Parts: sequence; structure tokens; C-alpha cells
Amino acid sequence: MTDAYIVGVDMIKFGRFPDKTVPQIGAQAALMALDDCGLSIQHMQALYCGNLGQASGMVGQRLLQEIGQTGMPVVNVANACATGATAFREAWASVKAGLYDVVLAVGVEQMGKGLLGGGGAKTGIPKEGLIGSGTMPAVFAEAGMEHARHYGTTFEQFAKVSVKNHHHSTLNPKAMYQIETPLEEVMNAEMISYPNTKLMCSVNVDGSAAAVICSEKKARELGLMDRAIKVRASVLASDPWQERDLVMPDVNSCTQKAAKEAYEMAGLGPEDIDLIELHDCFATAEILHYGNLGICKQEDAGRMIDDGEVALGGRIPVNVSGGLLSKGHPLGATGIANIYEVSTHLRNEAGSRQVEGAKIGLTHVIGLGSACAIHVLERAQ
Amino acid sequence: MSNQSLPAVPYLKIPEGGEPYLEGQKCGQCGTTFLGERSVCSKCGARDQMSAVTLPNSGKLYSYSIVYRSFPGIEVPYVSAIVDLDDGTAIKGNLINVEPDPENIEFDMPVEVVFADALGRKDADGNSYLSFFFQPKT
Repeated sequence: MTDAYIVGVDMIKFGRFPDKTVPQIGAQAALMALDDCGLSIQHMQALYCGNLGQASGMVGQRLLQEIGQTGMPVVNVANACATGATAFREAWASVKAGLYDVVLAVGVEQMGKGLLGGGGAKTGIPKEGLIGSGTMPAVFAEAGMEHARHYGTTFEQFAKVSVKNHHHSTLNPKAMYQIETPLEEVMNAEMISYPNTKLMCSVNVDGSAAAVICSEKKARELGLMDRAIKVRASVLASDPWQERDLVMPDVNSCTQKAAKEAYEMAGLGPEDIDLIELHDCFATAEILHYGNLGICKQEDAGRMIDDGEVALGGRIPVNVSGGLLSKGHPLGATGIANIYEVSTHLRNEAGSRQVEGAKIGLTHVIGLGSACAIHVLERAQ
Repeated sequence: MSNQSLPAVPYLKIPEGGEPYLEGQKCGQCGTTFLGERSVCSKCGARDQMSAVTLPNSGKLYSYSIVYRSFPGIEVPYVSAIVDLDDGTAIKGNLINVEPDPENIEFDMPVEVVFADALGRKDADGNSYLSFFFQPKT
């Protein structure tokens, strides 16, 4: 099978764009990714489009109605918060399989404000606040408290994740916010679902990101290998059976499974990774994934944040983009935005937040329900 | 409209003239217990091996969150709790009769299942509901 490369990749600055349509927001990133590699929509042989909010709305076709209706096949993808990464992976798979030489993947989302999760009852009575909570801050708080019960992780350590990622975002002009949030401010912010305060919840924003994926032969033909990023592993996992599945959506075992398979596919280990963009939808979530991705033992996760090992300049920087906590989390766009961030470091184009000497990076997203997508990326040799 | 309370969830059973209880479905092949009706085991894949079992009314607190912000009309704060019942079945619900403060909530604290009106919530037809809650075991 051919190797597949990212030759063009970009994202819009995340924000709130109520006057634009979802296809218009997605079209912006699509054009930026095409410009990044100097190709046109006429070069693209297929489009894989990720969007959750209008999953039945043919967003990919409507996006092409904005930027060029070539008649190419379009696949619309929805997979919770792994939507963008899943669209990217389907695009990658089509190139790996030899079906196409060059394809486009887009992730886009337009978000409302407020709490996600805990949908209303169609019959009977509402269960929220009666049978516990189904809101996302509570669900991820319970997952964090599970880590606390096993390893003694503290509220302060969870809060430090948010301090770190907000600090990182001050160096990222494409993040929704560029604001420092000191520890006291994070811990004293409005408590949403203990131990997650408001500043420990990801930001609902609108956004889009896109990537052009190319076979090695075609990338060489087009003279695009200079800035190309090799996809060394692409893995998607669902949640294997766990004893508390029915009451505690499991984000751990599917991450562990996907990580193991990704390292095998890439032929390397966590010690070879120079930077990680992982799914910090809540501050409690980030801590879980240090151990799940194998960059430390589960019991050392709290120490990793205390010692600054996961901060820019540390042993293995995590979420130098600002993460979902401060860059923002437009559900369908997040998976490709992570790929943009890591690719930008591997190209040594990340400016003041550049992870020095980065050669190999990893991206991770979780869609609750659950889906985990992991990509291992490397600067082309 | 029913004169009697209806169960808030399908796995809460209200026998005529008897005490309410929680019901699980146990797989005859691998022994895993589930909440709610099903015919196939999602752990081992066995078909048509499920049988109803009465779940115990006591267990231990596994994990929790204290919810301060919920949807409009939902009274806060409250404790959303994950409990491991004595037979190993995991179940989620509100932990009541405890101060909603991490100081007062300990992992593995023994809890019991109690049955009470569903916080006054009624459906569109005016029916009342019976729900289940956890409270610290005395």
C-alpha cells in the first residue's frame, strides 16, 4: 500500500459566526487548505466532510456548492467529537487503498451556547437531576473522580491543566481566547460540576479545519514533498465492554486500545512522540489520557502536571494550541484542527509556541458513546 | 391518569402489594448483569440467555460529581453518583441526605437504595412517578 501524506492543512481562527452557514464556515478552511498546497478544487477526487449538528443536512455537498461543484464523490461523516478525525481517517483510507491519489477532508461545526448532553425525555418525566446527571461536565467530572479515587489526583491538579492550556493559547492567534488564567482564578471560577469549574470546561465555538491528503507518488509528481507530513498511523476504536459501561461512558479503554494499535502501526512508542494534541474537553479528561496514551504511568499523571512535563518546554508538551479548553471545541472541526496543530509544529512553522525540534506528533480525540481516533504524524523525510 | 405511581425507569419494578425493587438482567453464559431489558449480552455475545434478577439494595460509592449547573428548572446542587451494588452491578443515581460537599463524601462509603417520589415530577398526563435514590447507610 502507498504511504499517505498531508500536503495542505489549515484551520480558521475559532470564534462565533452566527451570520454564516455551516457550509460557508467549512468552505473557508477548505480553501485555506487548498491554498496551503497550491492545489485547486478541480484536483480533488473526493471530499470527506465531518459535521455533527447538521448530520443529515448534506453539508459536504453544500460546501462544494460554495467552492466548486466538480461532481466528485462526497461522504458526510458524523461520529460525535471524533467526527473530524473520522472524516480525515476515511480520506486517508481511500488514498491508502489506492482508490484516489488526492482527496480533501473537512471538519466544521457551528455551536450554540450552554451545556451539552442529558437530552430531554420523549416520554415519561425528565431524568436529569433525578437519575444523576447526563450533562457533559458531570460525566467527565465522574471520570476524573474515578482517577482521583484510584491515584489520589486532586482538584488543584485538575485545575492546573486549565492554567497550562490557557497559557499555551496566549501564543496561538487562532485560538478563541488568548487569556492567562492563574490557578486561583480557575479554582474559584463558578463551579459547574465538581471538580470542573467553568474555566475547566471547553469553549463552545464555531470553527472549521481542512486537510488535503495525497499518495506519495502524486505528492512527488506535484512537487509537494517539502512540507508534506506523513501519516504514520491512523486508528479508530469503539469502546470495548467495561463493567460500568451502562452508567459511566468509557473514555479510557478505547483510548488505550487505539493508542496501542497506533504505536504498533507506526512502529514506535510513546517515548518517540515530541508533542501531543489530546481531547481536553474538560480539565479532568486531559489527566486521564496521559496514562491512557502511555506517556506516563496512570499514577504519575498528577505529577506530570505538577512538574510541568506536559507544558511547552517540558518533556512532552500537551495541547500547546491551547486545547479544547481555550482554543475552543467546534465538535466536528476539532479532530482536523488537532492535526493542523501538530503538522504546523512538524513543519517548524508554529512561531512562538513552536515545540523545538519536533519530528513526530500524536493527535487524539474522543467522541462520547464512544469513539477514539488517534493519528501519528511525522515530517516527510 | 394512573392512581398509582409509575416507575421512573424501566428497571424499577413496582409489584402489586409488594415493595419496589430494582431489576437486572443476568447473562446465563458469562454472568454479567445489565440494567434494562435485552436479549443479547454485550460482553460475550450470548443470545437469549438473559434472566431477570432482583438487585440488592445496598452498595458502595464508586465515583461522583456535585452538580451546580444543570438545565433550566433542575434544582441544584445535587450529587450525581456511580454506585457499585453488592452484586457488582454498577448503577447511577442521585446521592441524597448528605451535604453536597466533597468533605462529606468518601469513595467506597456504604450506601443504600431507597425508593421515593420522583421529586414531584409529573408527565404530560399528570401521572406521578416513583424513583430510586442512594443515601448513606446508617
